[in-house]
Amino acid sequence: MADLHKLTISELTEQLASGTCTSVDIVNDVLASIDATDGKVGAYLTIDREDALAQAKAADEARAAGSQLPMLGIPVAIKDLLNVKGQPCTCSSKILEGYIAPYDATVIAKLREAGAVLLGRVNMDEFAMGSSTENAALGKTSNPWNLDHVPGGSSGGSAACVAADEAIASLGSDTGGSIRQPAAFCGCVGVKPTYGRVSRYGLTAFASSLDQIGPLTKTVKDSAILLEVLCGHDKMDSSSIEMDVPAFAKNLSNGTSLAGMKLGLPKEYFVVGMDPEVEQSVRDAVEHCKSLGAEIIDVSLPNAKYAIAVYYIIATAEASANLARFDGIRYGMRIDGKDPIELYGKTRAAGFGSEVKRRIILGTYVLSSGYYDAYYLRAQKVRTLIRDDFTEAFKQCDAILSPVTPTPAYKLGEKSDDPLKMYLDDILTTPINLAGNCALSLPCGFASNGMPIGLQIIGDAFQEETILKVGHAFEQTTEWHKKRPSL
Amino acid sequence: MKYEATIGLETHVMQKTNTKMFCSCKCEYGAEPNIHVCPVCLGYPGALPVMNEKAIELCCKAGMLLGCEINPYSKWDRKNYFYPDMAKNYQITQADEPLCLGGQVTVEVEGEMKTFTLERIHQEENAAKNTHIAGASLVDYNRAGTALMEIVSNPCMSSAADALAYMAAVKQIMQYGGISNCDQEKGQMRSDVNVSVRPVGQKELGSKVEIKNMNSFAFIKEAIEYEIDRQTALIESGGSVVQETRGYDPDRGETFTQRTKENAHDYRYFPEPDLMPVKVAAEQLEQWRSELPEMPAPRRDRYVAELGLPEYDAGVLTADKATADWFERAMLHTKNAKAVSNFIMGEMMRLLSEQDMIISESKVTPEKLAEIIALIDAKTISTGAGKQVFEAIFNEGGEPKAIIEAKGLAQVSDDSALDGWADEAIANNPKPVEEYKAGNAASINFLMGQVMKASRGKANPGAVMQMLKQKLDA
Repeated sequence: MADLHKLTISELTEQLASGTCTSVDIVNDVLASIDATDGKVGAYLTIDREDALAQAKAADEARAAGSQLPMLGIPVAIKDLLNVKGQPCTCSSKILEGYIAPYDATVIAKLREAGAVLLGRVNMDEFAMGSSTENAALGKTSNPWNLDHVPGGSSGGSAACVAADEAIASLGSDTGGSIRQPAAFCGCVGVKPTYGRVSRYGLTAFASSLDQIGPLTKTVKDSAILLEVLCGHDKMDSSSIEMDVPAFAKNLSNGTSLAGMKLGLPKEYFVVGMDPEVEQSVRDAVEHCKSLGAEIIDVSLPNAKYAIAVYYIIATAEASANLARFDGIRYGMRIDGKDPIELYGKTRAAGFGSEVKRRIILGTYVLSSGYYDAYYLRAQKVRTLIRDDFTEAFKQCDAILSPVTPTPAYKLGEKSDDPLKMYLDDILTTPINLAGNCALSLPCGFASNGMPIGLQIIGDAFQEETILKVGHAFEQTTEWHKKRPSL
Repeated sequence: MKYEATIGLETHVMQKTNTKMFCSCKCEYGAEPNIHVCPVCLGYPGALPVMNEKAIELCCKAGMLLGCEINPYSKWDRKNYFYPDMAKNYQITQADEPLCLGGQVTVEVEGEMKTFTLERIHQEENAAKNTHIAGASLVDYNRAGTALMEIVSNPCMSSAADALAYMAAVKQIMQYGGISNCDQEKGQMRSDVNVSVRPVGQKELGSKVEIKNMNSFAFIKEAIEYEIDRQTALIESGGSVVQETRGYDPDRGETFTQRTKENAHDYRYFPEPDLMPVKVAAEQLEQWRSELPEMPAPRRDRYVAELGLPEYDAGVLTADKATADWFERAMLHTKNAKAVSNFIMGEMMRLLSEQDMIISESKVTPEKLAEIIALIDAKTISTGAGKQVFEAIFNEGGEPKAIIEAKGLAQVSDDSALDGWADEAIANNPKPVEEYKAGNAASINFLMGQVMKASRGKANPGAVMQMLKQKLDA
């Protein structure tokens, strides 16, 4: 084994270009790595071995014919809520058992056009509802750094497979932190793009006004490469923006200076109850950015404290409608009844897990006649205030630094009986989804128990280039991202 | 005590778009079930709606034709309910910001001009078609997601006659404007009718009953009349009307309870996050306004004032836009409006009806009819021969002149030919000749008929009459 699975997109692209390896070699190494460790990690739900090797062979042939596509021959794992034509798309739910996607999500089509090899689909919290990948009906995923710990969620499989070198990169989705938090828990890089940057067509919707697809990778540069492939207007998604996609990867200079850059530090983001090791690592990271020439200023996000409440009203309201289509009539699980209503009831009772049911009920409640104004409408107003906070803050700084999570990855089962406690862990990530802007998570340290700690770099809407630049400079001058878990 | 009814209509009209409201599936009535479907209209995971701009155009134009104000900002909402005819289990519709606001329809009801006002028109998507068979239900999603407008009137009508006149006017305007074919048998126009009854003089409206989903004018009339009687009888007998949703059973001629207020749906409307609000640019609206066709009422008035047609003719010609358009195309080639009108109302409508055709399918083109009329006016053929030519072209196609020649229909005014036929008729029919000479002027008509018969209809009737008179009066 040539250890190709341990390399990054940019390293492998160089090797492929110089002919020192083939895509088939890479896929073989990655498949061997999966065979060696996924029994412990449990990142994958389905692995498309033969199909992946066939794609790799085609990529090698294309390269021989002169193709230089940005992801040519690079194997990527897919969060199992993205439709991949001809493959299952379970959303880690029993209710989608037997469903085979009849079409490619736009991001999947873009990956194919960019030459990527689709490896298979990875685990997640059911319908992306959760922060630990413990709400998964079809498999259990562990944190590669310590198998007794959660990988985070909902894109837990996407983060775990990259951290465990079981994929070179992966796609996740982020509704309230579902890319950034598992990236932080597993010590990899994850980007939540600006709402509207990446088409949601083919992403099984959790909360339509918050969901974004993004990359999980081993380095910031890899995220830039993958993000560039994913972005762009799509006529199939009315919320996607007609805007040119910057050359994210090419524009990342090798310079490590942050001179002239103002980085904001929101005082509200160092919350009571924050793990002292997390706080220290992030404060050290801030100092490091200062040493690279950045000016650190205090900013305020006064309404951030309402984010959890607002998030769990808006997200569940949208989800209650989005998940109504899973009814046993046209696809997936069906448990028959004497009439459609009984069929729906039986199918949904058996098909959905308890967290999904909890959120559907909550969302149905907040939209109900007599409660709408007090909950949903009020939440939308506060959402505007949260967005205004960021608008004000970005008048003073280029990017905002913060922790991603209040604690490092916790143990499996530790919070699964207390949903509210788990919801509160989203306090630092949900405001970004509510505001619609972009953020990046990258490794900035380790707790004394060996679990990774993440730094969140928050950018204004459509300022992905800025956060990638800060992240890249930080990464080039630190060693955190080079540490790998021993499995 | 006397009672009065208050009626309001919610009329669903399927727009004439090529593709569905939020996906690019084709709209086709009567196609094999479930062939015009895709992940979007089947509500598959991850599929997203994209607005059909043609539907927005048609809805705005409908609003303009009905005198609505076009809302400068309208938006989409989700209406949540579970039923197999709605793939997503929510319908995309417009709750609080519809595309068109206000509006009115002025129409004659039993000899009186009445104006009925509209509350709004909103755009939404259609449901699939459910068919219930023994032991199973079948769902055809071809119709799911097709463009549907809901035209909501105010509670401003007071009788079945009002409602029917309103519906007929709306239908005619929608057809005229090219908004919808409004083919009720194909479900392209369906109405929910709200009916309440109160004592005359009472200010507040009585409890409202909604009768759902009727597509036939006859059933709507029966249902309204039944419901007014039922509610009046209920109130008179000391009872009270329950606010509820009812259906109409045409076999029994009765309405029946479907859903009471306690069991009413909570649709949990909220803004559709997958679609952006709609703001139509002022220039776009002006463009659409400039494309609107003339409506039947002003068109009818114009035919009377400018073309000198009788009111009756103008009404018949403008009742259907295709007919009126055909009429006007013919008028580009002739000045004889009454003759064109006579042919359309006579031969054309008779033949179309006999052969179950529509005017656009006629082999007689407006140009050809104008030519036939010109030949009649020039006395080349008689009016009767003109009708023969019309029917021949209608059935077989061809050119008027060639048919006249082939059938020998040209009129004969030549004295030598007429002279022989006239002498023959006088010689062979002594009795009418005697009667004429004795003062019975009408007897000449018999002789005239004989000449026409001998000429096989080709003789110029005026010339024949003149010649017979000459010979008999001499």
